[in-house]
Amino acid sequence: MNDLLKMILFDANTQWVLIGTMLLGVASGVLGSIALLRKQSLIGDAVAHAALPGICIAFLLSGEKSLFVLLIGATMTGLLAAYCIQFIISSSIIKEDAAICLVLSVFFGFGIVLLTKVSQTPSGNKSGLDDFIFGQAASLVGNDVKLMAGAAAVLIFITALIFKELKVLTFDPSFAKGLGLPTGLLNFLFLSLLVAAVVVGIQAVGVILMAALLITPAIAARYWTNSLSKMIVISGIFGALSGMAGTLISTIGEGLPTGPFIVVTATALFLLSMLFAPERGLVTKWVKRMANNKQLRRNKLLQGEKRSGFHEL
Amino acid sequence: MKPVVVENLTVAYQKKPVLSNVSFEVPEGKLIGIIGPNGAGKSTLIKAILGLIPKAAGEIKIYDKKYRAKDRVVGYVPQRGSVDWDFPTNALDVVLMGRYGHVGWFKRPGKKDTEIAMECLKKVGMEEYASRQISQLSGGQQQRVFLARALAQDAKVYFMDEPFVGVDAATERAIIELLNELKRQGKTVLVVHHDLQTVKEYFDHVILLNVNTVAAGATEEVFTLENLHRTYGGKLSFLEKDQLVVEQK
Repeated sequence: MNDLLKMILFDANTQWVLIGTMLLGVASGVLGSIALLRKQSLIGDAVAHAALPGICIAFLLSGEKSLFVLLIGATMTGLLAAYCIQFIISSSIIKEDAAICLVLSVFFGFGIVLLTKVSQTPSGNKSGLDDFIFGQAASLVGNDVKLMAGAAAVLIFITALIFKELKVLTFDPSFAKGLGLPTGLLNFLFLSLLVAAVVVGIQAVGVILMAALLITPAIAARYWTNSLSKMIVISGIFGALSGMAGTLISTIGEGLPTGPFIVVTATALFLLSMLFAPERGLVTKWVKRMANNKQLRRNKLLQGEKRSGFHEL
Repeated sequence: MKPVVVENLTVAYQKKPVLSNVSFEVPEGKLIGIIGPNGAGKSTLIKAILGLIPKAAGEIKIYDKKYRAKDRVVGYVPQRGSVDWDFPTNALDVVLMGRYGHVGWFKRPGKKDTEIAMECLKKVGMEEYASRQISQLSGGQQQRVFLARALAQDAKVYFMDEPFVGVDAATERAIIELLNELKRQGKTVLVVHHDLQTVKEYFDHVILLNVNTVAAGATEEVFTLENLHRTYGGKLSFLEKDQLVVEQK
């Protein structure tokens, strides 16, 4: 514990990694909330899986492991996957769930094939590209973390800027169009933000579990409020907490992957919300109903006594 | 200057047109009913005029100009079932969305917009429900919120897609009173409507639609049994008895 404290207080790199994963948690919590309400959570999952072949292609082409280059590759295939999904839905009889499933598995399968290929090249076998599968926050260094933190901050800023437009677009797209908003452009912009959030988070969380950082904080936050802006803030906080916990655990434990611990933390927050959130929580609702039933029974009993008293007269 | 002029409008999703050569004009400051059987293209007509779906051919003019949403001349009330009412927001917030066009990009609605939105909620009798989560509103109340949102748009021409569907008698009354109020302010309101019984009572002007325009004009001239037969074809048989009663009155 002391070592951990020392690390946080004195090691600049650990501090940067923490800031990076927390900002990432906020960005994915924020964008995940909107994706959830747009019923696009699974698109985030597909995009994350589809980033893997992009990372491998970028590595094979450039021959070096520069995070910036790898992320450009990830963005390319991520965006391509998102558009494949939209294209399949709009131009065939295949429904959204099947389209997402198809694209996700095809891209990820291709990514694994490429990863095998990479590990057979002389420089590839120790490239650490397989860290991208489950994420490894501890392996982030210097400029990579700053890139990640900066990108996450930009994503949060853009979302705040167009919050009002995204809100009406999500709630009622045809009304948004009727207001004169460029809905096609906004859809494209949101999808790009989502892809960017996924790509930025991949190094820390990993392609397989990145979707959990988008979805879980958002569904947990939905339990606490009936206001979109509050939901987004709460989701961002949950995302930051999950990112922080996952990073700390993976940094102390030698070689522990970050993604799974982020997911476990986020899931714990979700379970807590599902059970104990005011109004919507299961336990809260149950306690309220019991109290209510008791009150009703008491009233009935009182009425019954009155009535029987009446009969005696 | 006519608020709405449609000339030879054709819309096709697939090969078969949903609307074919639809033409009509609409007078200013009237309530106009758009009437026709299921699949006649009533909602499609509204959506095509608003540019929500592409048209295959034809001309649409709003006050002599090509329709542009950013001119803010047109208000729109979509079908209530077209949105997810479990969305995390309250009634006032939904009405505020009607102000977004006035507020402009990147800015938040201000105090004045909130006042206008509250005023609109009051007009539909929903001011007590301003902070109510929208999923906890009844169907009629949700419809009123949609109407209030359109009022907040402060438009000159309104398009309403089946505002009377699934609402109780009290809400229907409240809505029609509101439409008459809009009319008194000189606004033009086009309403997709299903109940033939109330057409004569509610509307000054009707557009009878069944893929083509069957007839369009003042209600007393156009809303005749003959035209209804042409609009509804064989489907009218079950309506006929009631309708005859209405006709004879």
